[in-house]
Amino acid sequence: MRKILGLATLVVASACGGANAQQVTVKVGVLSDMSSLYSDIGGAGSVAAAKLAIADFTKANPNVKVELISGDHQNKPDIGLQLANQWYDVEKVDLIIDTPNSGVALAVSQTSNAKNKVFVVSGAAASDLTGPKCNANTVHWTYDTWMLANGTGKALVKTGGDTWFFLTSDYAFGHALERDTMAAVEKNGGKVLGKVRHPLNTNDFSSFLLQAQASKAKIIGLANAGGDTINAIKAGAEFGIVKGGQKFAGLLVFASDVNALGLQTAQGLTLTETWYWDMNDANRAWTKRWQAERGAPGKFPTMVQAGVYSGLTHYLKSVVALKSATDGKAVVAQMKKTPTDDALFGKGSIRVDGRKLHPAYLLEVKAPSESKYPGDFYKLRATIPADEAFRPLKDGNCPMATG
Amino acid sequence: MFEILGIPSSALFGQLLIGLINGSFYALLSLGLAVIFGMLNIINFSHGAQYMLGAFAAYLLLQYSGLGYWPALVIAPLLVGATGVIVERLFLQWLYKLDHLYGLLLTFGLALIIEGVARNYFGSAGLPYIVPESLQGGRNLGFMFLPNYRAWVIVASLTICISTWFVIERTRLGAYLRAATENPTLVRAFGINVPRMITLTYGFGVALAAFAGVMAAPIYNVSPQMGSELIIVVFAVVVIGGMGSILGAIVTGFGLGVIEGMTKVFFPEASNTVIFVIMAIVLLVRPAGLFGRRG
Repeated sequence: MRKILGLATLVVASACGGANAQQVTVKVGVLSDMSSLYSDIGGAGSVAAAKLAIADFTKANPNVKVELISGDHQNKPDIGLQLANQWYDVEKVDLIIDTPNSGVALAVSQTSNAKNKVFVVSGAAASDLTGPKCNANTVHWTYDTWMLANGTGKALVKTGGDTWFFLTSDYAFGHALERDTMAAVEKNGGKVLGKVRHPLNTNDFSSFLLQAQASKAKIIGLANAGGDTINAIKAGAEFGIVKGGQKFAGLLVFASDVNALGLQTAQGLTLTETWYWDMNDANRAWTKRWQAERGAPGKFPTMVQAGVYSGLTHYLKSVVALKSATDGKAVVAQMKKTPTDDALFGKGSIRVDGRKLHPAYLLEVKAPSESKYPGDFYKLRATIPADEAFRPLKDGNCPMATG
Repeated sequence: MFEILGIPSSALFGQLLIGLINGSFYALLSLGLAVIFGMLNIINFSHGAQYMLGAFAAYLLLQYSGLGYWPALVIAPLLVGATGVIVERLFLQWLYKLDHLYGLLLTFGLALIIEGVARNYFGSAGLPYIVPESLQGGRNLGFMFLPNYRAWVIVASLTICISTWFVIERTRLGAYLRAATENPTLVRAFGINVPRMITLTYGFGVALAAFAGVMAAPIYNVSPQMGSELIIVVFAVVVIGGMGSILGAIVTGFGLGVIEGMTKVFFPEASNTVIFVIMAIVLLVRPAGLFGRRG
């Protein structure tokens, strides 16, 4: 049903000097959900972020020429894979970036490895990408299920939320999130009282909420995403879940979801993100530029879109250091060797399994009375340092880490 | 407290009531579809998009003219109904004599266009809309907490459904309408403006969808794809009830809501599928639907 967006081709030309022996040419493809439920998380906003990264980088390095194309995987692994293969074989793309939807990302990761190209994941969540399914051509940038589970799960148990009930989306992503969060809750002394697995795209959550209410659990963990999370929280507000003393833990909530809920409904929700537009001056300045590029003054970038900027910048740095983008494994090795440093995610590093490390932030949604301007969504509850935010290397079962 | 099949009866009553609430939405939406199919012979695939337009109209009215839920409940259906009238005049009126498939394809295409435009302007994540002040809160019924808004949904939906049924089946206007579907030439001979009646009927069906959209805005995610997620289920409801049967649409709407609610207790994973299983069985046993006439 979804339209296939034409491949928008954009050439960001370098400064108009004549051909130069040192000239490096790179072709980047943003593979994302352009037309459906994740298109506000990545989509056109990710393309805008990539354009900003290219503009900033080529300004400082006029000898680099970067071409950008983008495409819609429609949340179907077969379409995403076919597009990736076509980009690698016919379009001669060197890097694919973004790619929300773990199913698509796992498929593209494999083909990137087989064809020795580079895949930087910002949008997908499954921690398997740097776990059993890790490879030498994939870098997982912004966040993953383990980090979400650990950030929100641990923090809530420590502050007294020691009994949990899960509402889980009934497919691979939901199961992974539920499994990782249960582990974090139980490890920190909490108890899981029950769970319901609901089908993807459930409209009405009231009957599941009644079950959650009856369980008397202090925390209702939402191991789902997008519209499902929004519907669950909306119904929860109506059924007096929060007023009754229970609390929601959004295990995967983006700024765009909070916007969709409105603060009146979302207030008090605890969640974990690795980037928030209103965190510091650099982020705010970038957000202004992003809004102009995106042509959407009322929208706010998500951590996924910021991750595209940050990941692409680091990739381009590594290509310049090698003066070539042809050998994907060599580029990724270079990316892992060099510490990361950019305006949005600050200083960080990439681990041997492809996991990018940076701090994570435990955030709480403000009440409408505390919010001073549009987009003023969160207050910072805690900062989780980079070495604690992500899964320890030894627990990931990544073959590259164990040797 | 006694138990039924291992579930405390209090929980079961709660689920029954919730099933009725969801059934209200199914009934409202399938009612519009049944009216349009019964009177115009058009399978209105843009019904979901028109439901979405109702919710968006409510949001825009609040955002740009400060009109809250109650005015929106009247204005949004009128506005969206008016677009329905335009669609009928421009496109649908040429299709009545052709196969059902043409109307279906046209309205399906329209739905895709409307959704695409909405997604382009508003994004896919959704828009906020809160429960009106006068209906916030709820009451404890002993076996469950019933939010006031949900109680209102049942009352409003039942009222609309019953009055629509009454108008079409029991009044002179309804008789004209039904006669016009059977034999338009003869009805015209009595001096009744049949094309205008048909146009207004389509507008009314669309307005019903928009009304359901406004009703849904405070409790479901207001996003461009909200209609396409629901419309397939609603079509299943119409097929089970019997295409074009108004009573069938209402009764199966509420009934399937309850069955779906029960599934959510006993086997939640199947709650999205159960309606289609029932549809398959009904089609095997009674191809015209539970309330449909063979022909």
